[in-house]
Amino acid sequence: MENKTKGYLDMELLRFTTAGSVDDGKSTLIGRLLYDSKAIFEDQLESIERTSKKRGDEHVDLALLTDGLRAEREQGITIDVAYRYFATPKRKFIIADTPGHVQYTRNMVTGASTANLALILVDARNGVVEQTLRHSFIASLLQIPHVIVCINKMDLVDYKEDVYENIRKQFMSFAPKLDINDIRFIPISALKGDNVVDRSKNMDWYNGATLLYTLENIYIGSDQNHIDGRFPVQYVIRPQSDEFHDYRGYAGKIEGGIFRVGDEVKVYPSELTTKIKTIDFYKDSLKTAAKPQSVTITLEDDIDISRGDMIVNKNSLPKVSQEIDLMVCWFNEKALMPGGKYAIKHTTKDARCMIKDISYKVDVNTLERNFDDKKVGMNDIARIKIKTTAALFYDSYRKNRNTGSLIIIDEATNETVAAGMIV
Amino acid sequence: MDKIIINHLRELESESIHVMREVAAQFENPVLLFSGGKDSIVMVHLARKAFHPARIPFPLMHIDTGHNFDETIEFRDRLAKETGAELIVRYVQDTIDQGKVVEETGINASRNLLQTTTLLDSIEELKIDAALGGGRRDEEKARAKERFFSHRDEFGQWDPKNQRPELWSLYNGRKKMGEHFRVFPISNWTEMDVWQYIYMENIDIPDLYFTHKRKVFKRDGTWLALAPFMKLKDNEEVVEMDVRCRTIGDITCTGVTLSKANTLEDIIAEIAATRVTERGGRADDKRSEAAMEDRKKEGYF
Repeated sequence: MENKTKGYLDMELLRFTTAGSVDDGKSTLIGRLLYDSKAIFEDQLESIERTSKKRGDEHVDLALLTDGLRAEREQGITIDVAYRYFATPKRKFIIADTPGHVQYTRNMVTGASTANLALILVDARNGVVEQTLRHSFIASLLQIPHVIVCINKMDLVDYKEDVYENIRKQFMSFAPKLDINDIRFIPISALKGDNVVDRSKNMDWYNGATLLYTLENIYIGSDQNHIDGRFPVQYVIRPQSDEFHDYRGYAGKIEGGIFRVGDEVKVYPSELTTKIKTIDFYKDSLKTAAKPQSVTITLEDDIDISRGDMIVNKNSLPKVSQEIDLMVCWFNEKALMPGGKYAIKHTTKDARCMIKDISYKVDVNTLERNFDDKKVGMNDIARIKIKTTAALFYDSYRKNRNTGSLIIIDEATNETVAAGMIV
Repeated sequence: MDKIIINHLRELESESIHVMREVAAQFENPVLLFSGGKDSIVMVHLARKAFHPARIPFPLMHIDTGHNFDETIEFRDRLAKETGAELIVRYVQDTIDQGKVVEETGINASRNLLQTTTLLDSIEELKIDAALGGGRRDEEKARAKERFFSHRDEFGQWDPKNQRPELWSLYNGRKKMGEHFRVFPISNWTEMDVWQYIYMENIDIPDLYFTHKRKVFKRDGTWLALAPFMKLKDNEEVVEMDVRCRTIGDITCTGVTLSKANTLEDIIAEIAATRVTERGGRADDKRSEAAMEDRKKEGYF
């Protein structure tokens, strides 16, 4: 069956995030990618044409495609992360489109948490501005493996190479402060279409690929951690039927590495070792399974395992501790309480924690550390220490974005108040 | 090192299964909202895969407007039987009879909106703490801002401006008494993904999705199926055409597409070429620019 459908079923999935302010042409760029890849339909276009006309806009405002809520359309701002989809024969794309101003950190961090790639827009007339730095820092903090800096509105600077070169140098001068391995630059005009889908005829000095070509071809195969086998147990499957009388399967999503039938594994927190007996996926028995597959694993030995436990490859063990150092992005109007107690979610494990120390805050606009101001409020980024009620089994966020991340929850309101990246 | 290629459909499938298992683990009394449409059929398929060899650990629930295509109900009952899942049905007619809502009148009368009351009543009656739905973010612009785990207050309301941030694959399902969650495991799927997946997995779907002859009439540029409880305007003429459904909902507001597609391959090719969204034929969305947002805030699916 799968062979017959090869071609259009064999697409890879690329998740990317876009960041930019209201005026740097982000919506126009997304609108163009969607429109040129035929992801916008006639009735959608007609609907935004009607709205633009009603508001008295001169052009059809492509931002209306992504601004789905009434308040957003009325105020002409984007409030929340919007997810958009398009596909080419090579890849399916999920765009997390994040607003550049209101609650910028919260939204950018949310969009960045699942992205393989970040598109950062720079207005060619303004060059690198504070916001460019902020977006790049968040991409780095959230460990997005690839960054494409789109130098937009090249048409307004007469497509001059030196404008592009200066901005590239400007950006590269602070790149050493960032932790991003793959940074690329593309000169574009989203409005005129230069180097978005088609090569620009106005910039023959640029020899690189177009934006869409880059998005379609950038190698993402090594973005995932394929080394350290991590399987947080999500749910225990016990059919209690005659046919599967003794079946006890551990359901979960592989969050790192590869597991094979017969592999020696260690189970946390018991630290007992055993072997993988089967890897089941519905009616199939798999020999191997890798991140990010959801499967059900059965083990050779009868060990007491429940949700929140973790099965790991015996050759690469996670860290185990109740004292955790992490970078946090604070999302809530209620500031972080030093010494306060919160609930946390880490992989499939629920626990509580106490804030032991606030080490420093990071100024997202200058990347400088502030050791004096310890008030962590909405949109702030800080390094803190927590103590958890139970030991966590984790990796550093740099090593594994899924076993190295957690969320902090206010127990009174149940709101998610912070995202944490374990150092 | 082994090279394992996981295509986009397998990755989406894995994400959806993960979300369903989170629901089973985090909630005490979830249900899967089943409408008989392709999205909810895919949801049932995913739920089977998520918990195999055990049965789906939550019931299927259908909010029945009474204005269905007959085939939908037959299909629903057969699928419930096949999966061994419990089927709960609640009727909009009962809500009308209890005087809680008033039937719309006029030419475009629909029970679509009335469903919300029946749904919220059922959630309260059965103490449901999570309702899994087949909503997708690509369907409609208000849905593009929806979370996988979408919090609802004690009135069942959605507050789109104040949603919990959702990061990585960590889903916060904590809530107070009386509140509940709507959960959308196939949030990241597009219409095309759904059809490709149905094809790849060979999932059985109602014949309504394939071409068939049906008595239809045209209203506001959309072909609607003729049903006994629909009123015709004077200038509307009933004709028999080759049509298929692109979505299946309440018969009064589900447009049909003129089509000769009679295999899944045909349907995929047709969708690849089409220039109108699947909800383009849904009269319920056309009521105003923010029609979906308004219905969702009140507790719609």
